[in-house]
Amino acid sequence: MRKFWAWAAVIFGMLYFILPLLGMTEFSLKMRRGVYSFDAYAKVLADPRFQETFAYSVGMAIATIIFGVVLIVPTAYWVRLRLPGLRPYIEFITLLPLVIPAIVIVFGYIRLYNTSSFLPLTGSATGTNILLMFGYATLALPYMYRAVDTGLRTIDVGTLTEAAQSLGAGWITILARIILPNVLVAVMSGAFLTFAIVIGEFTLAALLNRPAFGPYMQLLGANRAYEPAALAVIAFAITWGCMALIQVVSRFAPRAPAQLH
Amino acid sequence: MSEPFLSIQHVRKSFGATTVVQDFNLDVDKGEFISFLGPSGCGKTTMLRIVAGFEQPSAGRIVVGGKDMTSLKPNQRNIGMVFQAYALFPNMTVAQNIGFGLRVAGRPRAEIDARVAEMLALIKLGEFGARYPYQLSGGQQQRVALARALAPKPRLLLLDEPLSALDAKVRVSLRDEIRAIQRELGITTIFVTHDQEEAMSMSDRIVVMNAGRADQVGAPFEVYNRPATRFVAGFVGTLNVLDAVVKDPASGAVEIGGVPVALARSLGSVKAGETVSLALRPETISMTHEAARSISIPCTITAVNFLGSVIRISADTGGNSLSFDTFNNPAAPPPTPGDRTTVHFSPADLLVLQA
Ligand SMILES: Nc1ncnc2c1ncn2[C@@H]1O[C@H](COP(=O)(O)OP(=O)(O)OP(=O)(O)O)[C@@H](O)[C@H]1O
Ligand SMILES: [Mg+2]
Repeated sequence: MRKFWAWAAVIFGMLYFILPLLGMTEFSLKMRRGVYSFDAYAKVLADPRFQETFAYSVGMAIATIIFGVVLIVPTAYWVRLRLPGLRPYIEFITLLPLVIPAIVIVFGYIRLYNTSSFLPLTGSATGTNILLMFGYATLALPYMYRAVDTGLRTIDVGTLTEAAQSLGAGWITILARIILPNVLVAVMSGAFLTFAIVIGEFTLAALLNRPAFGPYMQLLGANRAYEPAALAVIAFAITWGCMALIQVVSRFAPRAPAQLH
Repeated sequence: MSEPFLSIQHVRKSFGATTVVQDFNLDVDKGEFISFLGPSGCGKTTMLRIVAGFEQPSAGRIVVGGKDMTSLKPNQRNIGMVFQAYALFPNMTVAQNIGFGLRVAGRPRAEIDARVAEMLALIKLGEFGARYPYQLSGGQQQRVALARALAPKPRLLLLDEPLSALDAKVRVSLRDEIRAIQRELGITTIFVTHDQEEAMSMSDRIVVMNAGRADQVGAPFEVYNRPATRFVAGFVGTLNVLDAVVKDPASGAVEIGGVPVALARSLGSVKAGETVSLALRPETISMTHEAARSISIPCTITAVNFLGSVIRISADTGGNSLSFDTFNNPAAPPPTPGDRTTVHFSPADLLVLQA
């Protein structure tokens, strides 16, 4: 009996989640009257604005990931190595983007970096792109920091650092040759999450007026019938692809680390 | 007099209000194998880390080859280090681990490959270059760690309890191997351990540490047979402590359990009638009488421990308890508890323990 209710709950949950998806997918295939077809998909993929905005967002995602790794790996490493007392505070700070809405962040940016400020980043496209990247990095911070910190926990950071130092290595070598390779799997899972976030983000890109994929999806949704459904399925596929990649990558993961427990 | 190769001068280290190392002095010759021996928390690791540069001393200097190294960073000292937890880089193969120091130093590829092969042969793991650390046993990992530390030809080799994570058999064979490699390369080495057998069997000289100080520095034979302090006598080896009543301090006449004993030395500042502590190693006591063992004390056997080639016997002399060793003899079974016997020893073997 217990089992029956457990299964019932699972099936209800799946229906709740899958039915709308199925409905939407079915609808996206109905552009041609009477038969199922991929017409809506073909239209979306052929739209030059789709290609432009998607390429823009992929580029921004890659930039955000690189920026995030360069910022967060050394920070998390240093906190673990030298400032373990600060960890609770750092963790709190990295959680803030989850409670502060993106719209607050973007209005803060616009106020701070507008054309009449000390650093007029919004004055040029490049400047605004950089600002947008900072914003994305902030949104991804909770996931990225946690992933890297978890990765660092699987190695004996202190002893490995000292071993490398005694062999003549400096900080850059230690970070690039020892720390980063050992947390690479964790960094990758953080990177795919960042990718998924950046691809779907709307608020920052819309308010900073950049041609990103999120605002394009919104625009299309407001003006067409079948294409938005096709686009949503595509976006879903991308997100799920990222999740699948996280799974695949973590298969290669932590070879039994060479340390005592 | 020749300059010492490594000179640790008046080193003190405090963490906040607690002083962990105090006025530590040591001169080490080139090629010497030195052990830091002492109980847990006495400051062995801290002193080693000061030599390696991972800790800055609160006072004092570290001089290597005539040059003051105290302010150099760890990665500028060219000192090899082996850790208790192996600390191999998990993302690198055995060969990459061993070659790491040379790669960091920017040596040419051919030289690195040659040196790695040489080191793999030295630690007898020639076939294992392509493996990852997690594919090796603990003993193999520690040999790789040793090879990694030695590959860049460091001026000093420091080992912090490298054997204590291994099981007993591997521990013994690896310590012989470490010593053989150290001799072959002639590298000046400091080995930290809290295992006195390890220190005794490997070292040219032992530094016995007690609460942050070097109580005694000397060859194993000297430290064992002529301990400088009561702590050293008690920590290194097993020891019987006997209470003796002083009769004549100048001539060294005392009484142990009513038996008069003439010590081989005078007792300086002690007064007649006071009690002094005398120490006796288990192997100097025997149940068979010989001319040199001029002191005989009757006793009752309280326990017999059969250890294989050696039998350790505990006995009560009426006031003092003694333990002593006899060799196993298949023809003569050992006594049993409750037996009465007489033990014999020489007054020359009695150590007078200072406070
Ligand atoms: N970073 C530190 N901060 C504060 N106290 C420390 C620090 N490092 C060591 N100590 C203290 O210094 C003392 C000596 O430590 P150390 O690690 O040198 O001992 P040890 O002789 O190596 O002991 P063991 O045999 O257990 O390894 C200990 O009481 C320890 O608590
Ligand atoms: Mg220690």
